[in-house]
Amino acid sequence: MGLTHIIDRRLNGKNKSAVNRERFIRRYREHIKKAVADAVSKRSITDMDRGESINIPTRDIEEHVFRPGEGGKREIVHPGNREYVTGDALPKPPKGGGGGSGTGDASDSGEGMDEFVFTISQEEFLDFMFEDLELPNLVKKQLKDTSAYKYVRSGLSTAGIPAKINIVRSLRGAYGRRLALTGKHRNKIAELEKQLEELKAAPDIPDPAFSTADQIRALEDEIERLKNRIHKIPWIDDFDLRYNQHVKQPYPSTSAVMFCLMDVSGSMSQMHKEIAKRFFILLYLFLKRNYQKIDVVFIRHHTSAKEVDEQEFFYSRETGGTIVSSALKLMQEIVDERYSPSDWNIYAAQASDGDNWNDDSPLCSQILDKEILPKVQYFSYIEITPHDHQMLWYEYLKLTEKWPDQFAIQHLVDAADIYPVFRKLFARKSA
Amino acid sequence: MTDNKGEKKLPTMSVAAEKKNTSSKTKRKPISKGSDWTFELIEQYDREIAKIAKEYKLDTYPNQIEVISAEQMMDAYSSVGMPVGYHHWSFGKQFLNTSKRYRRGQMGLAYEIVINSNPCIAYLMEENTMMMQALVIAHASYGHNSFFKGNYLFQTWTDASAIIDYLLFAKNYIAECENRYGLDAVENILDSCHAIQNYGVDRYKRPSPISADEESALQQEREEYLQRQVNELWRTIPAKSGEKSEKKKKRFPPEPQENLLYFFEKNSPLLEPWQREVVRIVRKIAQYFYPQRQTQVMNEGWATFWHYTILNTLYDKGLVTDGFMMEFLQSHSAVIYQPPYDNPWFSGINPYTLGFNMFIDLRRICEHPTDEDKKWFPDIAGSDWLETLHFAMHNFKDESFILQFLSPKVMRDMKFFSIIDDEMDQEYHISAIHDDNGYRYIREKLARQYNLSYREPDIQVWDVDVRGDRSLTLRHTPVDNVPLSDQTDKVLFHVHRLWGFDVHLESVTSEGRNLGKYQYPPPPEADEEDDD
Repeated sequence: MGLTHIIDRRLNGKNKSAVNRERFIRRYREHIKKAVADAVSKRSITDMDRGESINIPTRDIEEHVFRPGEGGKREIVHPGNREYVTGDALPKPPKGGGGGSGTGDASDSGEGMDEFVFTISQEEFLDFMFEDLELPNLVKKQLKDTSAYKYVRSGLSTAGIPAKINIVRSLRGAYGRRLALTGKHRNKIAELEKQLEELKAAPDIPDPAFSTADQIRALEDEIERLKNRIHKIPWIDDFDLRYNQHVKQPYPSTSAVMFCLMDVSGSMSQMHKEIAKRFFILLYLFLKRNYQKIDVVFIRHHTSAKEVDEQEFFYSRETGGTIVSSALKLMQEIVDERYSPSDWNIYAAQASDGDNWNDDSPLCSQILDKEILPKVQYFSYIEITPHDHQMLWYEYLKLTEKWPDQFAIQHLVDAADIYPVFRKLFARKSA
Repeated sequence: MTDNKGEKKLPTMSVAAEKKNTSSKTKRKPISKGSDWTFELIEQYDREIAKIAKEYKLDTYPNQIEVISAEQMMDAYSSVGMPVGYHHWSFGKQFLNTSKRYRRGQMGLAYEIVINSNPCIAYLMEENTMMMQALVIAHASYGHNSFFKGNYLFQTWTDASAIIDYLLFAKNYIAECENRYGLDAVENILDSCHAIQNYGVDRYKRPSPISADEESALQQEREEYLQRQVNELWRTIPAKSGEKSEKKKKRFPPEPQENLLYFFEKNSPLLEPWQREVVRIVRKIAQYFYPQRQTQVMNEGWATFWHYTILNTLYDKGLVTDGFMMEFLQSHSAVIYQPPYDNPWFSGINPYTLGFNMFIDLRRICEHPTDEDKKWFPDIAGSDWLETLHFAMHNFKDESFILQFLSPKVMRDMKFFSIIDDEMDQEYHISAIHDDNGYRYIREKLARQYNLSYREPDIQVWDVDVRGDRSLTLRHTPVDNVPLSDQTDKVLFHVHRLWGFDVHLESVTSEGRNLGKYQYPPPPEADEEDDD
């Protein structure tokens, strides 16, 4: 009978399985990616930003081993007999139905017995969602516009304000200085003290003419004088002081503003708006991963444009004709007023069904070309319509040639297109 | 000691009533009253349980009891009982499954995981009540522990003092391979080994003990030696097809080989030395678990019998409260619940129930034999129960244990019946039930059900075309004409990966009837015509 050791392991690492979990996810990347893409188009807008449960057909992750199949003659002992007696014959259930293990069809939706289900975290979900995507022109912005600054430490200086005194370095300097300035005196003192000791140790000669008492006194005076000298050397001096120095360093701005421009004219149905909204949400989540701070500006327009809050943007029922340029003009004004391009990374997404007054479309293109595109990082236009394109699309199409890096347009028909289109707009351009 | 379980029904809830009577006689001085546990209390309970275990002659390895959190329990759960494990996606899959089911409340975590090591490691979950901790200590640290130390299969196949070191060696070696050869390469070989890991045991040869230090030292040496041997086997340049038939008489392997992993480790022509070592690691670990696969009923039954007996003894000594006992009996009866065959919860025979019932009944046969018992078990009816139980624990595995000790009473209590499902027949047939004519028959059938080769197809290395295309032929010997499942091709894919050349598998009954042929890579086109 051995001793028992009782050990508290609760504080030892948990998550021992983290690596294995990661291996699993690595192995089933493709499945997960597909599940994420499906989820993005199915999810309601308010909860884009959370984890997801992933279903993988069990047959895809099964670990196969040799095992007995169906058929042959098998005899099994079961518990719980109530009514059977030896020799009873029972009809077999029809083939395929409830015949035991194995042959059920994998369900496509929902989660059947044939699905392996697990949950990925919000972080992982977003990672998969935005995998291989990038914000266009992010790099350029960093190099070009360096109007945001931060202070970084850059060594020490001899001048500065008291708040920035570096105490350790200052005292170290003072100590060194004291050592250097007093070295000569301290050596002298040591020497004198040694003499003094010798004198004191020798027996005094009674004859006052030869007595060492004078000498002793003289030595003591000298030592005293030297000690005073040392004492007078300041413990800390002005030029011992060292100050932490900070320099202003330009750094890329990490704030972004996102303009959502939406057409709410009579021709935009609720379904159109829903699609637009999903697109905006995706963009918002994507920006959030790249920037610390994001402002969102909602502009809705029919014949005139208005800056509104989120609630009104998505749910207000006001409607009318269509003048797209009104929204662009408003955006331009807001940029000039509040979002200086040197401080802000500006992104804009415009959604419309493309149904505009024909004479307004050239104007739109002109405003974009002259006023907006030079200032923004990226402007994307999505046209949600099952019909043929109209004037606006073709005007915009011309612009894409001129501004290939800043401007992109895409066409969507229904909700299932949103995520693929989004991925197209932000696909990482291979270097 | 509790008593008089004699002819009463199986002691589940009925015991509670029985207890009530004795409780009035004993003066209670319980170790603790509330449900909260502390380390001091665990120590006290352990001390008392150890005393009782000693009275019952339970010989154990020293115990190491580790208190862990639920999350840590999930980790332990997912690494299939290995306290240190190499990394593999399949453990991740297991973990995801476990944690999902746990979160949804579909599954309570096992209250115990116990490791066949010396010292014997048992985990206690911090969420458990004091009663639960005591139950787990009795069940795992004294029940399972003594089984690990005493049962002949464990004594033959496992080396409890070396396993932790070996697992550590395995983990480091595989991590090193991952660094050197990349995650994918290692994952591939592990996948393939896992697919046939149940075919990694030499049933007739006693394995040499394993230890980490030796392993590391020997590993290098083995690498070189192995490669030399393999080269030896394959040295001959493949002969021209004309000579083939003549040379074929020299078979390789000379005898069919049941240990597939061992065969590949030693003879696979194309494996790199490190891959052979990985095959070996999977094989060694599979071997370590081999006894557990054959003693599930006995092992769980033994542990359950002892937690039941020990906790009842604690109660009789007045060391636990009535409330403790009520809580215990509730957990205990949940553990040994056996849903009948037509219940939606039914998923085969509950090994805890069968094992527990058998040990309880074995004791009853010794202490209070009936005429029936005297007829069926003349040797043990009326013998010393403790000695008999220890004898059974030491010298049997599930199959032989059932064949030897399953009594008519247990068969009646569990209402066993056997049913025949013949594909040639339109109906099922009840071949026997729990009556005088059926006892022996059912006992025999049930025992066979626990024979490994009945549950896992018997597949052996049959032939290698050494002089020709180097193809490997496996031979499946079906039991009762049961063919292989439709996954077989997918397993052959893995066999092919380990072998490196074409792989064939034939299913041939002992009467020589061919039940199926499999091949990897699949034959081009041709397979459509001779499909049926």
